[in-house]
Amino acid sequence: MKPQTKQKIAFTCLGLAAVVVIIPVIVIFVILIDKGISAINWQFLSTMPRMGMRAGGIYPAIMGTVYLVSGTILVALPLGVLAAIYLVEYAKRNWWTRMIEIAIVNLAGVPSVVYGLFGMGFFVIFFKFGASILAGSLTLAIMILPVIITASKEALMSVPHSFREASLALGVSKWQTIRCVVLPNALPGILTGTILGISRAAGETAPILFTVAAFYLPRLPKSIFDQCMALPYHLYVLSTQVPNVKESLQYGTALVLVGMIFLLNLVAIIIRSHMRSKKQW
Amino acid sequence: MEKNGFYSMRTSALRKLKTTMSKIETKNLDLFYGSFHALLDINLEVEEKMITALIGPSGCGKSTLLRALNRMNDLIEGVRITGEVCVDGKNIYEHGTDLIGLRKKVGMVFQRPNPFPLSIFDNIAYGPRIHGIKNRGELEGIVQKALSDVMLWDVLKDKLDRFALNLSIEQQQRLCIARLSAITPEIVLMDEPCSALDPMATQRIEELMFELKKNYTIVIVTHNMQQAARVSDKTGFMLLGKLVEYGDTKQVFTTPHEKQTEEYITGRYG
Repeated sequence: MKPQTKQKIAFTCLGLAAVVVIIPVIVIFVILIDKGISAINWQFLSTMPRMGMRAGGIYPAIMGTVYLVSGTILVALPLGVLAAIYLVEYAKRNWWTRMIEIAIVNLAGVPSVVYGLFGMGFFVIFFKFGASILAGSLTLAIMILPVIITASKEALMSVPHSFREASLALGVSKWQTIRCVVLPNALPGILTGTILGISRAAGETAPILFTVAAFYLPRLPKSIFDQCMALPYHLYVLSTQVPNVKESLQYGTALVLVGMIFLLNLVAIIIRSHMRSKKQW
Repeated sequence: MEKNGFYSMRTSALRKLKTTMSKIETKNLDLFYGSFHALLDINLEVEEKMITALIGPSGCGKSTLLRALNRMNDLIEGVRITGEVCVDGKNIYEHGTDLIGLRKKVGMVFQRPNPFPLSIFDNIAYGPRIHGIKNRGELEGIVQKALSDVMLWDVLKDKLDRFALNLSIEQQQRLCIARLSAITPEIVLMDEPCSALDPMATQRIEELMFELKKNYTIVIVTHNMQQAARVSDKTGFMLLGKLVEYGDTKQVFTTPHEKQTEEYITGRYG
């Protein structure tokens, strides 16, 4: 075979592989929009479900997901960033640091349903939080910690060493150097990673299944110790647990969930491109 | 009359002795990177308000020695140091040394200009701000003085809010020196400050060093022997971690005492 022919075959295979990646994304969006867009209106987004979820809106599920995501950020962001700062700036290269790093990698590989069971055993039962926004947020936070730590570490390590040296050589303490030079320059990367982690947390069903999600709760939670509805679980319920639900209701819910995650990812992309255009070292 | 003349000569000699008391003195300084012996028994005296150059081939330890003078080597894992480095007579490796105070006094200019990704103003105000100066007017005064010190004020006074990384490399290096002078150190360590610059810019930075000498004690590491010969008052030649020869620049370059110095200066290796 001629080299040119071989090259053509190789290019075709590579191109096909790329197309295969795009197809499911397009198909998912087309189906969701096609079947779900008719259900979406202001009432659907802003009212309580009625008639055993067969009618009305999904307002409490949207708000529940917002609460859970907020709680998750509140816990996971500081914890993850502080851990990453410790690992990058302070930890020495020894077995202890390696242990922490191995733990983080393993944490990332744990299936989400196991996080759900862990959250139920640890937060719901052991700490007696009950099935609550608190327990759910903590469970989701632990699940996305590896994502945030890894992204933050990358971001911190990408800040040039010369910035740190310059600052230290001006008689600035290490902590002040981290606060005033390293963190501001790492922040866009940290935020991008966090948002990607958060968007994963927003879509997960298994971790909230046993820790917070309410089957049918047509009111908003009053405190962090209340249960709440959440979009992914609501979708699961509509699709499998409630008979005779209009199809458009199911697809509409899915569309709202995917739309929210898409928006989060869009914010991450905007931050990242903004950061790239500003970064000049 | 004769007695009087002798007496006055002696007092002026004494006064001279006092003004040239060594600013930095290393005593039996040894430094190890892990098991690698990078500096061997270094005894160096740096005099106040003079330019001291350290020359030698790559890897001879001159940068390591320079970084030992403000403890920048502390940042590297596995460094071990024995012996003393005295700044103004005080051993900086003594337990409990105030590193912040030390580095405010002994500043450093690096090989590659490393301004922060901030405005010109914020770069210079960075040190003073962190050391507690909040007043805008006071900061403006400091920035003006620092930029004047490096002869950039007239060029940049209307562009203080420009992004520092858009300056030319030479201006960036000047800015880094200005950033340092804003915290009024007494000693400036320069680690090959001109190696990223073209010959014209190098010449201008050298002229700047002569200006800075009036107020600062300067120690410069350089790869460029001509540069050492041009700018420095004292020169130390290093080879394989040892300070082979140290003396007045003129003497080191014209009548070196050591054979290795002579060989290096005449270009037999390097």
